[in-house]
Amino acid sequence: MFITPKPTLLWLQAITCNGNTHSFLNHPDLFSILSHFEIVHHPSLESSYTMEDVINGEVPCDVLILEGSFIDEGFLKAGVEVSSLIHTYATKAKHIISAGTCATFGGIFKQKDPENISGFCFDLEEKTSRYDTYASKLISLPGCPMHPKWMSYVLLMLAANKKIAIDNLHRPVELYGYTVHTGCTRNEYFEWKIDTKNYGLKEGCLFYEQGCQGPYTRGSCNKILWNDISSKTRAGTPCFGCTEPTFPKASLFHTQTNMGIPAKMPLGVPRRAYLTLTGVVKSFKIKRFTTRLLEYDE
Amino acid sequence: MKIAEKKALKRESIIQTALQLFSTNGFHKTTIPDIATKLQMSVGNLYNYFSSKDILAQEIIKYTSEALGEKIRVVNMMDVSAEEKIHKIVTVYFTMAQDKPEMIEYFLRVYLSNREVFKDGCDGMVCVSGFITEIMIFFDDSVSSGELRNQDFFSAFGLFMGYLGGMVFLKGEEVLPKGIEFYIDDISRNIYNALKA
Ligand code: SF4
Ligand code: SF4
Repeated sequence: MFITPKPTLLWLQAITCNGNTHSFLNHPDLFSILSHFEIVHHPSLESSYTMEDVINGEVPCDVLILEGSFIDEGFLKAGVEVSSLIHTYATKAKHIISAGTCATFGGIFKQKDPENISGFCFDLEEKTSRYDTYASKLISLPGCPMHPKWMSYVLLMLAANKKIAIDNLHRPVELYGYTVHTGCTRNEYFEWKIDTKNYGLKEGCLFYEQGCQGPYTRGSCNKILWNDISSKTRAGTPCFGCTEPTFPKASLFHTQTNMGIPAKMPLGVPRRAYLTLTGVVKSFKIKRFTTRLLEYDE
Repeated sequence: MKIAEKKALKRESIIQTALQLFSTNGFHKTTIPDIATKLQMSVGNLYNYFSSKDILAQEIIKYTSEALGEKIRVVNMMDVSAEEKIHKIVTVYFTMAQDKPEMIEYFLRVYLSNREVFKDGCDGMVCVSGFITEIMIFFDDSVSSGELRNQDFFSAFGLFMGYLGGMVFLKGEEVLPKGIEFYIDDISRNIYNALKA
């Protein structure tokens, strides 16, 4: 019987905290997903080749997963520039997945040396010099970290030879076509402009005071829940916008306002439309939204 | 002219006539028959357009708020400094008080003085949002450009609009020794000085 060989998968790390590696290890179906591939090398899973083989450029690679920010010179592994390793395998690969915001846009590690550190194919939202070479096989999975199920979606689509629809920054539309605001359990409070009185409460929305970036951050955190249970905003912490090219920003727990008007509008919503609507909404006091959902014993 | 267009024109002329009568004779002293007579139409027909005097009163406040809002919107679109915009907004407001005094008088003497008429349907900012939205946009732009100091919306709004409203009120009471346009420069400067960063 003829058996088609499994596609080979190589997970390469550049400047990273391992966050995306760890995030993916939390996938409840990790091994069933990986069973569609031959893991040629992975930073923390058993694999068929050693790091030495990888460095020697000898390893096959159909799917390359990149984790961590990119720098042309000065970041070495075993005396070899990681950038050259990445180029070697990016050339070989049929698909390149940039896992996390660092590999995609530059992210946290870009802060160390903003001039020279960036994502592999994007520097914030700008295309890097590498973009044209690799764009045809690139899939972006920003997030700090990316959600494990975003990765499994991409891997299983690739394993099934299915086409993945992407946007202009190469993010799968299925995952990033939404904003984080979509599906948040606080939507009613947002609609009626009721802010929460504190972090971690069930009642109120975090957009008006606590800095929630959900309405202008792309991602499906409130559709595909974290640990299959919850999300930041459901739990009562503002969304930090970790999937965006602009991540990280400062003062994440505070909404920047100009004379009380949020400095940043929900994605694609004109300011005049937003202000008209919220001015009207704010004029009504709806009792249900001003009372606790549950009365707790003091 | 299509029927719908004709109706819209008629509707607007009712609003303008009622606006005139309400602001000069007072809301309670003006009746629907007074308005109908002035327009040379039947009372029954007028009720086809507005089912009650209260609803007519609410439509008028929306109408004046939109009219003023549109003028401020033009200022907001201009590529000029916040200081100049303040001058232009004050000019818009006082010019309206001069040329169409009923517009502002209505706001001060009908809308603010007969709250029970507006309570159902014009809650909070619902009927004045055309105007308030443009003031918000002006503040937002001027704070993000660093020209005005960031503060609570209402502390800035009260200073700006309370001042202008007060002046128009004094004009209505005929206590201002000079024409209202005389005050534009000084008042604009005072507002800018109070709000600047
Ligand atoms: S907390 Fe954030 S995500 Fe949730 S409804 Fe409010 S703005 Fe949207
Ligand atoms: S809720 Fe916002 S900050 Fe949190 S993981 Fe999702 S996109 Fe990132």
